[in-house]
Amino acid sequence: MHELPITQNILEIALRHAKAANASRIMSINIVIGELASIVDDSIQFYWDIISNDTIAEGAKLNFNRINAEFECKVCGERYKLQGNELVCPDCGSLKIDIVAGKEFFLESIDVE
Amino acid sequence: MTKRVPVVEKIMSANDRIASQNRAKLDNESIYSLNLMASPGGGKTSLIELTIKNLADRLRLAVIDGDVATSIDADRAASAGAVAVQINTGGECHLDAVMLQSALRQVELDEIDLLIVENVGNLICPASFKLGTHKNVLISSIPEGDDKPYKYPGMYRGVDALVINKIDLLPYVPFDMDYFRRGVEVLNPGLITFPLSCSTQEGLDSWISWVLQQTQSNRII
Repeated sequence: MHELPITQNILEIALRHAKAANASRIMSINIVIGELASIVDDSIQFYWDIISNDTIAEGAKLNFNRINAEFECKVCGERYKLQGNELVCPDCGSLKIDIVAGKEFFLESIDVE
Repeated sequence: MTKRVPVVEKIMSANDRIASQNRAKLDNESIYSLNLMASPGGGKTSLIELTIKNLADRLRLAVIDGDVATSIDADRAASAGAVAVQINTGGECHLDAVMLQSALRQVELDEIDLLIVENVGNLICPASFKLGTHKNVLISSIPEGDDKPYKYPGMYRGVDALVINKIDLLPYVPFDMDYFRRGVEVLNPGLITFPLSCSTQEGLDSWISWVLQQTQSNRII
């Protein structure tokens, strides 16, 4: 599990942007997590409650916007989601695919007062 | 009144910044570096030992070993003839750029040509943390099974080379090489692979030549 250092990064980014915006309190933090990013949001929440103590982000709500993995076949252009184990194109069986969604992991915005 | 402040910042950016500093430091000293990742028992330390033994007369090597506890792996690298530094992560399941940064301070960098970083045995977390090394290498081993690319896509997608270790066990365990390679090809098209056995040393030569060639061409640049 590597959610502790990740949660520390989230706090650092949020505090830096809140300061730049002259905010006195961070109400919520909006995070985008792709299905392929291997991040457990429950675990981030657990660490968050501990490390945000005594900061202007204490008690802030973490909102996780989950993005499903999506692929596009480079041969026939078919767009599809994960189906079981196989990643090959369900339409033409090609192995040449692009990952068009699911790798995201970023802090999108914060809501402040 | 609540207002929304747009941020759009990668959450891993702090780590990535330190990783770039590590790379700049290595480049300054003309050191080529590899980050070796695998499951526990995949053969990282064995491959490192063989790499040291085969290259020690041509390159000056250092090994930085990441483990949750003990210095067993660093001791093995030191006995094989490399400068070795152990990082005990104290429970963390991966190395990150900051850990590598502090380990680099313990190595006389101007006396080194090739640095091998042995990451913590784990197929999930190390994939998320760039270290700043030149190439990320994954060692997969036959007994782990042919479904690993499908189960750990993040790891297979992010590497620059793949060692397929323990090929001497192919006759004894069910392992469909075509199924395995198909998974790899989808995630990482054209990935360079080195099927080998650290036990019999079959296939080892092409790995050794690749490491030597990569290190030398990095030095010339």
